Amino acid sequence: MSSSNVSSAQPAAPHGRRSLSSFDRGVISNMELRRPGIRAGYLLLVIVLAVLTITTVYPLYWMYTGGLKDSRELIQTPPTFVPRSVSVENYPEAWSNLNYSRYFTNTLILAAGALVFQFLVSATAAYSLSKLKPLGSSIFLFLFLSTLMVPPEAYLIPQYLAVVRVPIFGIRLIDTWWAVWLPRAINAFHIFILKSFFDEVPQDLMDAAQIDGARPSQVFLRILVPLSTAVLAVVAIFTVIAQWKDFFWPFLVLKSTHLQPIMVALYRLTNQSNPEPMNIIVAGLAIASTPMIVLFLIFQRQILQGITLTGLKG
Amino acid sequence: MNQNRTQARLRRSVSGYVFLLPAVLLFGLFAWYPIVNGLLLSFREIDLIRYTQPGYRPEWIGLDNFERIFADNLLRTAWVNTIRFAGLALLFGYLVPVILAIAVNEVRRGKSYFRLAFYLPVILPPMISILLWKYFYDPGSGIMNVLIGFFGAEPLQWIYSADTAMLSLVILWTWTSAGSTMLLYLAALQGIPVSLYESAEIEGASIRQRLFHITLPEIRGVMLILLVLQVIGTVQVFTEPFVMTDGGPVNSTLTVMVLLYRYAFERGEIGWATALGLLIFVVLVAFSGVYLFLTRRFRGAVR
Repeated sequence: MSSSNVSSAQPAAPHGRRSLSSFDRGVISNMELRRPGIRAGYLLLVIVLAVLTITTVYPLYWMYTGGLKDSRELIQTPPTFVPRSVSVENYPEAWSNLNYSRYFTNTLILAAGALVFQFLVSATAAYSLSKLKPLGSSIFLFLFLSTLMVPPEAYLIPQYLAVVRVPIFGIRLIDTWWAVWLPRAINAFHIFILKSFFDEVPQDLMDAAQIDGARPSQVFLRILVPLSTAVLAVVAIFTVIAQWKDFFWPFLVLKSTHLQPIMVALYRLTNQSNPEPMNIIVAGLAIASTPMIVLFLIFQRQILQGITLTGLKG
Repeated sequence: MNQNRTQARLRRSVSGYVFLLPAVLLFGLFAWYPIVNGLLLSFREIDLIRYTQPGYRPEWIGLDNFERIFADNLLRTAWVNTIRFAGLALLFGYLVPVILAIAVNEVRRGKSYFRLAFYLPVILPPMISILLWKYFYDPGSGIMNVLIGFFGAEPLQWIYSADTAMLSLVILWTWTSAGSTMLLYLAALQGIPVSLYESAEIEGASIRQRLFHITLPEIRGVMLILLVLQVIGTVQVFTEPFVMTDGGPVNSTLTVMVLLYRYAFERGEIGWATALGLLIFVVLVAFSGVYLFLTRRFRGAVR
């Protein structure tokens, strides 16, 4: 049982799983909650939780309002809760002074490329492993999944060398988008999720299409992909989020400043000898976080479901 | 008829390989080959500048890389720091998501607010969290000294003192990661059959008894897996110590990954870094192995 509590919630998940928000009961039953002693304990619990959320909500509040303050007010202790000096122009100033047009564009290019390659690699492989099952496909599945057993940091340097000089092809990818797109396109997790989902699509559908003369590529594009938009969306969202957050790998392979994504640029901009004033930087941090927060709020349901579906990604 | 079927199967097999090709190619170039290559390169001396030249073969030097890194005092420091980080993260961070999840799961109204609020730090990109907390840890103007001052404590130097730097990183790490683990526990809690609680309640089991005899045993499997994953994750910690303290002050937050980075990209000793990567891998495998062995034994003994 131990190995699978996380994973058993996985593949067959579409049916009959309780959604995260549904509530039957917890340790305490609704009946018991009517008893005054338990009621008081419950209220205390809720109050403690509410106080605890300050530790996660306040830093974000500090960031967004901090971006409005002037530098003097920003470093004042204790900090002002409501900004006394409201300079909205900090935000556009941060955007231009930190050269965000460039870094946002770069991040978007990296994310878009990651998305395209992710599908080109994971969805096709999952289709093959789930439906076409060529000879030896289980060996390939094993080989894909085995990369999950090796912590990526352990082969970081050899992977870096594979980008410095791509084996067989002998090309140098350092300081090109490809250095991020290609290594980041491989994700055994995504292949596994997609394969489990494709497994649920009845084979009859495929067979019927095949009898009508559809080629495998048509079956893939016209039947499987349209039926799988939900899970494809989850993979897409995770890919974009991961790409937006990624720091270490782009930092290693994109050395030219004009190619760097926002997180790498932020590291450099905060570490240089004459950084921008703190309020501009804080406004910059707020701007750089906003797409992730918006994306999460829009796709909250898919993301939360995806996390419980895949077990361990976030 | 029969021939047709064989033909159809053959065609499917061919397209099967065609569809596998992109994945096999990229896994081959950027995962399988590097993983195997990592084993071989740790026994070679690698010159990064010459590496791009066609026909360059790094020289075989046997165990030299390993001997050199074992002779390096920093390796010991880095392992001690890494184990400290992993240990402190377990001590401070392991139970936080469990407790949060059990508590949030009890909430009748506003549950989605709590879930979202505790998940917020996970939504923030790590780089942003780190840079934010760098301000919070500022001894002069940071909120952390205000906060502990509120409880009557003296101001601390946080990341600027070798005594507290590691602790500061652990607090940050717990803050950024507890939310995602909490979600997994929440999902596990949702999987506990309601009937278990109901029958226990009818039998007269107290809330405490239900918690310790139903809830915790039911999520024990997830807790065990997440323990391993947390240790594996914390041993590989890089961005936090790299960005926040750059391994300092006086190497007090120099973890093995930061050392690996320094070997490769500051000292140009690619071979050393590869050897260290292999060492990290071996340690993690050994840890998982011992852990699996112990839990099997332990569970066998209980039964």
